[in-house]
Amino acid sequence: MATDLAGGTAADFDIETYLEEQQHKDLLRFITCGSVDDGKSTLIGRLLFDTKLLFEDQLAALDNVSRRYGTQGDAVDLALLVDGLQAEREQGITIDVAYRFFATPKRKFIVADTPGHEQYTRNMATGASTADLAVILVDARKGILTQTRRHSFIVHLLGIRQLILAVNKMDLVGFDEDRFTAIVAEYGRFADQLGARGVRAVPISALNGDNLFHASRQMDWYAGPTLLDLLETAETARDLATRPFRMPVQWVNRPTPDYRGYSGTIAAGTLKPGDQVVAQPAGRTSQVVRIDTADGPLDRGQPEQSVTVVLADDIDIARGDVLAAAEAEPAMMVADQFAAHLLWMHEDPLLPHRDYLLKIGPRTVTASVLRLTHTVNINTLDEQPTSALGLNEIARCQIATDRPIAFDPYQEVRDTGAFVLIDRFTDETVGAGMIDFALRRATNIHWQALDVDRAARSRQKGQRPCILWFTGLSGSGKSTVANAIEKLLMADGRHSYLLDGDNVRHGLNRDLGFTDQDRVENIRRVAEVARLMVDAGLITIVSFISPFRGEREMARHLVAEGEFIEIFVDTPLDVCEARDPKGLYAKARAGQLANFTGIDSAYEPPEAPEIHLDGAAAPPEVLAERVISYLRAQSIL
Amino acid sequence: MSDVPAVAPPSADGLASAPTAALRPLTHLKRLEAESIHIIREVAATFRNPVMLYSIGKDSAVMLHLALKAFHPGPLPFPLLHIDTTWKFREMIAFRDSLPERLGVRLLVHTNQEGLRRGINPIDSGSVVHTDVMKTQALRQALDHHRFDAAFGGARRDEEASRAKERVFSFRSRTHQWDPRRQRPELWRLYNTRVADGASIRVFPLSNWTELDVWQYIYLENIPLVSLYLAAERPVVERDGTLIMVDDDRLPLAPGERPEPRRVRFRTLGCYPLSGAVESDATTLPQVIREMLVSRASERQGRVIDRDQIGSMEKKKQEGYF
Repeated sequence: MATDLAGGTAADFDIETYLEEQQHKDLLRFITCGSVDDGKSTLIGRLLFDTKLLFEDQLAALDNVSRRYGTQGDAVDLALLVDGLQAEREQGITIDVAYRFFATPKRKFIVADTPGHEQYTRNMATGASTADLAVILVDARKGILTQTRRHSFIVHLLGIRQLILAVNKMDLVGFDEDRFTAIVAEYGRFADQLGARGVRAVPISALNGDNLFHASRQMDWYAGPTLLDLLETAETARDLATRPFRMPVQWVNRPTPDYRGYSGTIAAGTLKPGDQVVAQPAGRTSQVVRIDTADGPLDRGQPEQSVTVVLADDIDIARGDVLAAAEAEPAMMVADQFAAHLLWMHEDPLLPHRDYLLKIGPRTVTASVLRLTHTVNINTLDEQPTSALGLNEIARCQIATDRPIAFDPYQEVRDTGAFVLIDRFTDETVGAGMIDFALRRATNIHWQALDVDRAARSRQKGQRPCILWFTGLSGSGKSTVANAIEKLLMADGRHSYLLDGDNVRHGLNRDLGFTDQDRVENIRRVAEVARLMVDAGLITIVSFISPFRGEREMARHLVAEGEFIEIFVDTPLDVCEARDPKGLYAKARAGQLANFTGIDSAYEPPEAPEIHLDGAAAPPEVLAERVISYLRAQSIL
Repeated sequence: MSDVPAVAPPSADGLASAPTAALRPLTHLKRLEAESIHIIREVAATFRNPVMLYSIGKDSAVMLHLALKAFHPGPLPFPLLHIDTTWKFREMIAFRDSLPERLGVRLLVHTNQEGLRRGINPIDSGSVVHTDVMKTQALRQALDHHRFDAAFGGARRDEEASRAKERVFSFRSRTHQWDPRRQRPELWRLYNTRVADGASIRVFPLSNWTELDVWQYIYLENIPLVSLYLAAERPVVERDGTLIMVDDDRLPLAPGERPEPRRVRFRTLGCYPLSGAVESDATTLPQVIREMLVSRASERQGRVIDRDQIGSMEKKKQEGYF
C-alpha cells in the first residue's frame, strides 16, 4: 500500500488520486495452512512486513516481545508478529484463528492464520469458511505429510476451489528443482483423489523472500508466477453471480405502515426490479418492486451486497425465510431431512437423536442427527462406520429438522448450504455442517389428519391427559411412588398408564445398552411413546432414571405446555446405595457394571422441576399424595 | 454542525455510486460495508436489548454510519451509550450532544458516580486506575443497569496482535469476563447469537476494517467527525515526549510549565490528559490520510494506556474493557 510513499516523495504525492485508486481495489480472503514448523507464521509475517503495513512502533513493541520469547536470537522474529495471545506465545503454538490484513497496489487481503495440529481442525474450518483461496505450505525437506493431506481435505470440504501449494524452505534443500518437482507430482496425485483441480505450485523461501514478491535468483529453473502474483490474480469470489438468486431474510424493515422491506445479504445470483421471487419454505411468490439501500435504490443487486427488497404483494415473510429466484433452475430445496457433512467442534461428543438447535442463515430450528453414515478419517480419507462423533471429527450424516427448511447444496452456495449446531442448554456452537442433498423421504411423508382427535379422546375420558415424568437415581423410589400414584388414579376412575424403565428395556428398548448414545435413544423412544399415550388421552406416568437434562427437555417439548410435569425424586446417593433394591450399586462399585448412573455415569438434576420430592424424607404414599394434590391444583384431575 | 470539519466532497462516482449495468466486483470497502451491516442487523434481530457503545471517535462514527445504513429507511432500533469519564475533550461532548437531533438517535450517557465521589481522575489516580474505574467499571455498571444483552464496539482486528484473534461476537460471562479459550467458533456469516440469561456479548462489526479503510470510508461517505482529528493551533504542554492539550483548567501545570500554541491533531481520542497529540499540518481529511500513510507510527502511539505492559489489551479484555 504505502510502498510508493516510503521513499520520501510525500510532498508531491497526490492523495486524491491515491484515494481514487484505492477505492477500486477488491478484496481477497485467503487461508494459510501448514504444520507448526512449515514456516507459516514466517510467511505471513513476511507478507505483512514487506507490504509495509507494520508501522514503526509495532516493530518497537515487537522488539520488546522478541527479547522475551523469540527463537531467532536478536533478529526480528517474524513469526512473533502473528502470534497474538500471551498464553500462545508462551506455549509457542498458535491455538486460534487470527485475521491479518495487508494490501498491495492491486488488491487488499485478509489472511486467516490457523493452527495446523489435528486438534485444531475446527479452527482451520473456521478460517476456511470465509476464504476464497488456500495456501498449503509444505516444508521442502519433509514433503507431503499427513497434515498436508488433512489440511487439503478440510479446505476442499469447506468449498475452497483455488489451492496454492507453496513449497517452502527451498533454501534448505539447495533450491533443488527435482525436489520441488517430486513434491508437486506427489501432491498432484493426492489432489486428484480429493477432486481438487487447478492446483498452482510455487517454490519459495518465506524466510528469505524467494518467489514471494520477486522471482528468486536462486531458482532460475522456475519461470512461473510468484506467490504474490498468484494472490493478486486469483478470483475474489466464486461464480456466485451466475447462480439463481438467493437472499435469506434477516430483518423485516417496517418503519411505517406504508413501507415493508426485507433486509438481507445476497447469498447468490443477481436481482433486478421486476424479477419474480419465491419466499421459501412457504413457497409464496411475488415481484420485486425496488432494491433499497441507504445510498438509493439499485438497478441490480449482486452477491454479498446487503440490501432491502420491497415486493409487490403483501405476502407473509418473516426473518429466516429465503427469497429465491422464482423460475431459475436449480430451485431451492425444501425438506426436513437431508444428508450433510458434519464437523464436530465440542469436547462432548455428538449423540445421534439428541435435539440440537440448527442455525442456517437467519433461521433457527430444532434438529437431530438421525444417523451417522460414517466418519471420514481426515488423514487417510477412509470412511468408517461410527455411532458417535468426537471433537474435530468429520462425518457424513442424515439430519432431520422439526419443520421444513429451504437450502442449497453447500458446494453450490455456501450461505444457504451451511449450518451450525448449537447446544440447547449451554448455547455453545458444537458442530458445523455442510448440506449435500435433500433426502427424498422428507418431502413424501405427510401427517395423516385424523378425524377423531386428542380433544375428542380427552373428552371421552373426562380428564386432561399429561405426562408425569419421574426422574432420579436408581433406588431413589421413583417406581414405588409412581406405582402408588397409579393406584390412586385407578381408584379415582382415571385412565392412566405407567411406563417403567426396566420393563420397557425388556421389550421396546431391548436393543439398547447403557452408553450415552443408547441412553439418549432410550429416552427418545419412551418420550415418543408417552406422547402417543397423551394423544390417546391417558395420564402417562414415566419412571426412568433419565439422567440427561437435554433428553428430558426434548420430551417436554413433544407435548403442549403444561402437559409435561417433571417430578424429581431427590434421594441422596448414599441413601439409594444403602437401599440398593436390585443389588446394582454393589455391582457397580465392584466394577462389574459399567456406565452406572451416579457411579461412573453422570446424573444431571432438573433445574426447575414442577414437583421436587425428597425421597428420603417421607414414605411413598405421602409423596404420591403430594403429586395428586398438585394435579388437582392444576385442574388436571 | 459547527463541529463538523470541512471535508472535500467525494469524487463523483464515490462509494454512493449509482449502479451500472455491467456487474463489477464489489470494492473492498463495499464488501466490508455489507459485512458490517449484516452483523449489525443480525444483532438487532436476535437480541432482546442491544446497545451501541459510542466513543465519539472515528471508529464509532463509522460504526454508527453503518448502523444507520443497515436499517434505512427505518430508525436505529437500539440506543447509543457513551461512557463519560468527565475528562473527554469539551468538543467531543458538544459533538456527542448534537447527535440525537442531527441523526434522530437515542443517546444514553453514563458516568461512574461512585468513582467521581472517590475523586478518581486520570492525573492523580494514574491511567490504569482511572481507566479501570471510569471506563471498565462504568461500562459494566451501565450494561448491568440497563440489562443490555449485546453491546456493539468499534474495535478492529488490525489494532493490536491480541485483537487479531478476537471474534466478531465476543462472549462475556455474567461478570463480564472474557475467556479466550471459551470463545465460539465463527464460520461463514453464521453467528450463534444465543446467550444465557445474564450473560452478554460484545459485537465488533468493524473487525475486518483497517485504519486506512476507516479513514477512506469517512472520506468517501463524508461522515462528520470531531475536528480534533484535523490540525489546528491548540494549547499543549509536552510531557515525556507526549503533547497533551490543555483542554480546561483541571490539568495541573508544573512550576514554569506553560501551555504553548502548537499546530497539532489527534490520531485517537479519549480522556484529554491521556491523549497524545501529534504535530501536523493536515487540515483536511485527505491530508490526514496522507500523513497517516507516510507516518511510521501506528495510531496507538498516542494512546498512553496501551503502553503499560506487554499483553495489556488482553488483560483489559479479560477484565471487561473492550
